[in-house]
Amino acid sequence: MSNQRPTNPSPSPASGPLVVHHRPGEVEAVQASLDAAMVAAGYSKPSLFAVRLAFQEAIANAFNHGHRNLPPDTPAKVEYRVSPNEVLIVIEDQGPGFSREMVADCTLDENLEVPRGRGVMLIRNYMSDVRYNEKGNRIEMVYRRPNPSA
Amino acid sequence: MPSADSRLRVRKQDAVVQVEFIDRNILDEANIQLISDEISRIIDQEATPKLLISFANVDHLSSAALGALITINNKVRNKNGQLRLASIDPQIYEVFVITRLNKLFQIHETAEEALKSFA
Repeated sequence: MSNQRPTNPSPSPASGPLVVHHRPGEVEAVQASLDAAMVAAGYSKPSLFAVRLAFQEAIANAFNHGHRNLPPDTPAKVEYRVSPNEVLIVIEDQGPGFSREMVADCTLDENLEVPRGRGVMLIRNYMSDVRYNEKGNRIEMVYRRPNPSA
Repeated sequence: MPSADSRLRVRKQDAVVQVEFIDRNILDEANIQLISDEISRIIDQEATPKLLISFANVDHLSSAALGALITINNKVRNKNGQLRLASIDPQIYEVFVITRLNKLFQIHETAEEALKSFA
């Protein structure tokens, strides 16, 4: 079995490590290939919604928080794999990392009107498994297909 | 008035300013900032704003968009105005439920229902 990836997979069920900049079109291009891979694997509209939302929140966190004090063109690394039963997404930024304890619970009454801090919570709600590395600059998220028809 | 590159459709009917989004996806922070600024200008122009935001065309929105809505809600309230949200796709409504923002906003199934609810 060769370790080489197919030369022109369409849509690819897995990306290599992708270098993504915070430029118009780059995030959308990754999103489009991830969507296409999920559609090809038969995932439903609610599954696509969940994974899109988690991907968008995680990449926004990488650029807007992770890279806050870095040059605007600093890229993040994205990797995904779409299998019949689960979707894995890994996003790594070049920032100093964050601590989840620093994110207040936005569902408490006293925080309901605070405009920020809902991204991580939404990721946790929509994805089956979410892990960070120790530094806090790399998120690994898994979405498991809820049932065969989902 | 919305500018030529506006991301919104805006019309006023019976003292209620109705806003609709042109984009199906409200995800990008820069775009959200433009939308938020545009709605803020509308609020600034009204003495006691009555604002209806319809999500009829929206498929996706991010937490940054929720944050912008909270800021808009605070601005409307500071002017003793009223804000209503309407026509939210069930999947997006679930995002409001998860974040408990369905408790903060007055959300109606249709724009017609929302219009009737203004005092």
